[in-house]
Amino acid sequence: MEKNKTLQTLTNGIWRENPIFKLVLGTCPTIAVTTSVENGIGMGLAATFVLVASNVVIALLRNFIPDKVRIPAFIVVIATFVTIVQLLMEAFVPALYSALGLFIPLIVVNCIILGRAESFASKNPVLLSMLDGIGMGLGFTLSLLMISTVREILGNGTFLGISLFGANFQPAIMMILAPGGFLTFGILMALTKKISQKSAKAGK
Amino acid sequence: MSEFVKILLLLVSTILVNNYVLGRFLGICPFLGVSKRVETAVGMGMAVTFVMAIASVITYLVQYLILVPLKMEFLQTIAFILVIAALVQLVEMVIQKMSPTLYEALGVYLPLITTNCAVLGVAIINITEGYNLLETLFSGIGAAVGFTLAIVLFAGIRERMEMTDIPPAFQDFPIALVTAGLMAMAFLGFAGLV
Repeated sequence: MEKNKTLQTLTNGIWRENPIFKLVLGTCPTIAVTTSVENGIGMGLAATFVLVASNVVIALLRNFIPDKVRIPAFIVVIATFVTIVQLLMEAFVPALYSALGLFIPLIVVNCIILGRAESFASKNPVLLSMLDGIGMGLGFTLSLLMISTVREILGNGTFLGISLFGANFQPAIMMILAPGGFLTFGILMALTKKISQKSAKAGK
Repeated sequence: MSEFVKILLLLVSTILVNNYVLGRFLGICPFLGVSKRVETAVGMGMAVTFVMAIASVITYLVQYLILVPLKMEFLQTIAFILVIAALVQLVEMVIQKMSPTLYEALGVYLPLITTNCAVLGVAIINITEGYNLLETLFSGIGAAVGFTLAIVLFAGIRERMEMTDIPPAFQDFPIALVTAGLMAMAFLGFAGLV
């Protein structure tokens, strides 16, 4: 029973409560950075790190933070980890850092992270909160990977920078511009909805 | 180029060409979340305009009067988000005292603005673009007017969509995103204007 719950916490974020397609949180970076698979994965991992670290710290402090100031307290914890990620990325992966640019400091206001802090980490023990962070982070990364795969292949004819169709392929540049982001996201979300409706019907 | 022309170009560019929602992907959460009715969209737009204009100026002052002299620019993210959160709280209290009618109209939307990434986004963009104080103010106002324009237009479309027959898988968010995609396409027409 106990083991079951641990596993469920971990897998929850990947499909059943996928932060992007099911909860629709953190939509800004989802559309902004998914122009290439590399950026998508980089953003996903950066956010995962912040999510896991802030979930752990907030779970540790959950009995000490007064209820009234919990939101500012959470934001300070999150902003600290975002600053750490920002400095680390600037030092070790400068190319990715400049590609993601503005969206790294904006991880602070990514609703997924504050949302999990408020609804999960502030009520659960450390280990479960960590697993929840990992699960949600993986769900976020996988969703970004899906969207960016579609956009990079259609909009640039490449996958992770490797050309797929040869020199004669005319990429639909629109897919890596703003409209393509909204369209891909909308259509993929409709697809996941369709699949979960089908499986819900089959379950009955 | 005179200062006036520069400001005018800045406004056109932030409102239309680089619209914060449809071109720079900032503030999409409230854009999708609070756009079911035109009135609520207008309320949200007004609240954002108010906060964004003040936040732009204050974060500018924090950056150049506190962080730069102390050589603590690396604390930018933490400092800005705290300033914005405190500012939102303050604005909420001031409006409540000064104008209860306005408070009633904006009430629910004010606390939501703290996590509107467009506010933090515009503050950081102002610094990275190296704007002066006046440009910062107008860049904040332009960003907010652009946001309001996008969300009100979008709410108008969504109100009409309620009457239409949408396939079940596309209901709610997916169709909204596709609509936003088409709007973004229309806004691409402004590219190259400035």
